[in-house]
Amino acid sequence: MIARAGSGHPGGSLSAADLITVLFFVVLRHNPKDPHWLERDRFHMSKGHCAPLWYSVLAESGYFPKEKLMTLRQLGSLLQGHPDRRTPGVEVASGSLGQGLSIALGMSLAGKVDKKPYRVYCLMGDGEIQEGNIWEAAMASAHYKCDNLCGILDYNGFQIDGKTCVIMDLEPIEDKWKAFGWHTIVINGHNINEILSAYDEARGTKGKPSIIIAHTIKGKGVSFMENVCDFHGRAPTKEEAIRALKELE
Amino acid sequence: MEYLYQRDIYGKTLVELGRQNKDIVVLDADLSSSTRTGLFAKEFPGRFFNFGVAEQNMMAAAAGLASCGKTVFVSTFAIFAAGRAWDQVRNSVSYSNLNVKIVATHAGVSVGPDGASHQALEDIALMRVIPNMSIIVPCDGPQTAKAVIAAANNKGPFYVRLGRPKVPTIENTGEFKLGKAQVLVEGGDLTIVACGIMVNEALLAVKNLISKGIKPRLINLHTIRPFDSDAILKAAKETKRILVCEEHSVIGGLASSVQEAVAEFFPVKVICLGVKNRFGQSGEPDELLKEYNLTSADIEKAALRIM
Repeated sequence: MIARAGSGHPGGSLSAADLITVLFFVVLRHNPKDPHWLERDRFHMSKGHCAPLWYSVLAESGYFPKEKLMTLRQLGSLLQGHPDRRTPGVEVASGSLGQGLSIALGMSLAGKVDKKPYRVYCLMGDGEIQEGNIWEAAMASAHYKCDNLCGILDYNGFQIDGKTCVIMDLEPIEDKWKAFGWHTIVINGHNINEILSAYDEARGTKGKPSIIIAHTIKGKGVSFMENVCDFHGRAPTKEEAIRALKELE
Repeated sequence: MEYLYQRDIYGKTLVELGRQNKDIVVLDADLSSSTRTGLFAKEFPGRFFNFGVAEQNMMAAAAGLASCGKTVFVSTFAIFAAGRAWDQVRNSVSYSNLNVKIVATHAGVSVGPDGASHQALEDIALMRVIPNMSIIVPCDGPQTAKAVIAAANNKGPFYVRLGRPKVPTIENTGEFKLGKAQVLVEGGDLTIVACGIMVNEALLAVKNLISKGIKPRLINLHTIRPFDSDAILKAAKETKRILVCEEHSVIGGLASSVQEAVAEFFPVKVICLGVKNRFGQSGEPDELLKEYNLTSADIEKAALRIM
């Protein structure tokens, strides 16, 4: 899909793929036939550049035909380079980093106002949490005891310019979220059992929001993409895409 | 003459709207006593959220709430709503065309002693470049209520600009229609276009001009977007001269809107009274309006110049 588009962000889409696949096909209560079902669990992808991952799970769930995936980034496509509301299943636009946790917080507060039991999930990138807006949202989510809110941090350790520990170190990452009043769950983001139990643990945690800090591998599943910074924001060539798809099968 | 705080009217109107519509929620960023959203907070504590000093979070959270069916009123000072949280307004609120109603107070130099950091002179320009955004600058207390109700009842994002000081109630403004200019005084010699607190200054100037034998037309252009270009083009054709008055930078606000409309369709002379490449400063509101040439005397002088 990204190779066809000729540009995009494969690395982060692959690192979060296990987390989001499990979320969409096991955890999330939603109805692709009725995207506006009031009781639905909400998902927001704050790291909007990983739109190909979001579009893939939406298409696989039945929000729109899979053939549309090949129109990614084309003029007039339902599938913009970064997500917006023209895509069925996308509730709020994304792409400008750091805003998504606030959007999820708003969805969480709406659920509390309406006394609805839905849950809200928000996927963040690790480089993204360098944005101050994230920590404003983190503080407020704990203040308002948003236990219907679950953050998912795709901690693959890379951002565009290099390793996060070199560009702007995030550590001690768990301590930071704890200090902001969150329940933290640290897992291997490619271990399905750990992912499942993390979502369970988050659901069972009352009185505070939870964050799943998932250690992941950028470009996971494709040998020549794994932990290669270049694939943060570069599309694979046709040959690379064929090799990658073979490896992923 | 009756003087009212636009903010008081906003707070009271919010409470009334809150009674009628349970889907209205209100957000503020530690300024609820100044913006008067505190009145709503008192009546509906379950539907009010104080975000502390964090406007960016507040604005993006408003988008999240609106995506769940809420009509979200968001208030803080104009410079923080339009400036500090601009990217959140653009990407989360307006790009998604959500029902977020930004009611920003303390706009313009009439904020007074707080000085330049708190005097938004750029906010209309910042909001006007964002697609989907409607902008209302009501001229007085009663019109503030109508603007807030219009924002609540019409789909999509709104920016409603209010001032800090008490403002005189203008008589005979007529019916308020979103997107429709109000002709307050009919005349054929020139057209004065104003919004916000400048409408009253313009009205005073018009009275003096009439006594000097000049017949100005006065337009209260309360809705800056969608822009009533028909009323402006009609004025351009019929009066040939336009004077625009706003408590805002002459770049990007009402003056620019008028200039863009006439330049494209019926070029006539347009003079702009507004703030020209300056920041605000401390002082009393009336002193500052004088310092920045935003008084009725300045309007009268400019009108005579354009004749």
